[in-house]
Amino acid sequence: MELFGLLNYWLVIVLMMIGFYIVIAQGNLVKKMVGLSIFQVSVFVFYISVGRVAGGTAPILADGIEVFSNPLPHVLILTAIVVGVATTALGLAMIVRIRDSFGTIEDDEILAIEKGEDDK
Amino acid sequence: MAVTAFAAARIRNLFAVVILSGIFSLLAAVLYVTLNAVDVAFTEAAVGAGISTLLMLATLSLTSEEEKARFNVKIIPLLIVIATGAVLIYGTFDMPAFGDPNAPAQVHVAPRYILESGKEIGVPNIVTSVLASYRGYDTFGEVVVIFTAAIGVLILLGRGHDRWRPGMRSNVISEQNEEEV
Repeated sequence: MELFGLLNYWLVIVLMMIGFYIVIAQGNLVKKMVGLSIFQVSVFVFYISVGRVAGGTAPILADGIEVFSNPLPHVLILTAIVVGVATTALGLAMIVRIRDSFGTIEDDEILAIEKGEDDK
Repeated sequence: MAVTAFAAARIRNLFAVVILSGIFSLLAAVLYVTLNAVDVAFTEAAVGAGISTLLMLATLSLTSEEEKARFNVKIIPLLIVIATGAVLIYGTFDMPAFGDPNAPAQVHVAPRYILESGKEIGVPNIVTSVLASYRGYDTFGEVVVIFTAAIGVLILLGRGHDRWRPGMRSNVISEQNEEEV
């Protein structure tokens, strides 16, 4: 039981590290955004896991139900999901704009173009 | 879920990556239901799996669908990731057990919400009453964030067809993106 109790947190860490790896190792900007959202979801899962109470139900008041999960993390994560989409939209808009300016969305090509412009 | 995320890291076709991230979000929503967070699951399914995927597809249609072929696994980022993950897993050994009703997160302010919100607010869904009433200012802040992001997107992609921009190569500017935000 002790080990099972930590399984959720480990899933969170695995997901978080996959997202982290995508963000720092992949060169494509759209893919970086996907990695960022995977990272975000891992944090959400972590909060929801912390709010879970054994034997509890969803936090909706009803007759005959005594044990609820913690509603506070749910509220936080609701807000965070929506804010996450807002930041994703902004990032994607930047990617479109970068593509307008540089004609590519690979970060090493962008760096090469910028370097070439500096040399002139 | 981890498998989908891993596949998203490896596949080179960006269209497939975006669809995989949509599937990933839906799986996350299912996980939230099993963790009793139904409101969060709703939002994740609608916003995370729906709108995010749509936005990313719109971006793909404006950029390219294939990622440039490159070398396989890079060693240094992998080492950083593994080291960070190991430290985090070491950290979990101090966490309270999963579902423990006496964990610090459950005993502070949450019981008050659960006991009193039915009387004070009169909405059976505790998440709703906390979101809209007790933490109303936070939700207002959230709306401000979305508003700011929408303005940012409009500034970046706005209808400035006649405006000169340095290094501009394409005049195709999406009006799709504006509608979706």
